[in-house]
Amino acid sequence: MNSAIQVIPLEWYILLSTVLFTIGVLGVLFRRNAIIIFMSIELMLNAVNLLLVAFSSFLSDSKGQVFVFFIMAVAAAEVAVGLAILMMVYRNTKSSDINVLNKLKW
Amino acid sequence: MITTYLFYFLSFLAIMFGLMVVLSKNPIHSVLYLVLCFFTIAGHYVLLNAQFLAVVHVIVYSGAIMVLFLFVIMLLNLNKETEPHKSLWLKASAAVASGSLLVVMVASLKGASTIQSTNTFNPSIGLIENLGTTLFKDFLLPFEVSSVLLLAAMVGAVMLGKKSIK
Repeated sequence: MNSAIQVIPLEWYILLSTVLFTIGVLGVLFRRNAIIIFMSIELMLNAVNLLLVAFSSFLSDSKGQVFVFFIMAVAAAEVAVGLAILMMVYRNTKSSDINVLNKLKW
Repeated sequence: MITTYLFYFLSFLAIMFGLMVVLSKNPIHSVLYLVLCFFTIAGHYVLLNAQFLAVVHVIVYSGAIMVLFLFVIMLLNLNKETEPHKSLWLKASAAVASGSLLVVMVASLKGASTIQSTNTFNPSIGLIENLGTTLFKDFLLPFEVSSVLLLAAMVGAVMLGKKSIK
């Protein structure tokens, strides 16, 4: 079985990552639940990861895949701290609606 | 030939599950759809000859991060449709904004010139041996710094999670 990058043009991978990234952006703009917004951010990170792996495979260079490891480590740290902040917000406001947190707005 | 069909199938599933994450009302369903979406992305990694990365992706994302999400949702008792609805105007503007972002990005892609790979194709770059050599030769300092980052994140999460700090 061939590697996918030998039979599929790189443009298709860029297109797929773009669509996934846009779905993540849509989730951030569309929803009010802070947990769903977090999950949309994860989706955006994964779209970028997929693009990095596609380019790494296309150029036959393993540096791109090592970058994906670092992105995973940063994502794990971000999720741990973010969910702790979310728990804190829920404890103080009894809601996970981000529109409660409007003290810094305007 | 089968690779092409697998690519289309996995891409369709990834986009569909991604949309379901955003559009489903119940947060638990969103998390489960996100896990499925991550599995399809792991399938893409296997197709791209990044086998080790596919395994790590399944373990870290589907295994650890998503379990954390589920845990928090259960803890906060959010497994109901409690989300207040945004106004229709806001929803429409969000859809228009992300749609125009997609149009702009695809249009910029259309005008870009194609690049040629200078290296000959090597199917074994995604194996542990090559990745480990690269990680510990070229990226040793970032690797050590990321361990400090994880420690800081752990301390920060514990500090934030405590009820009151004496």
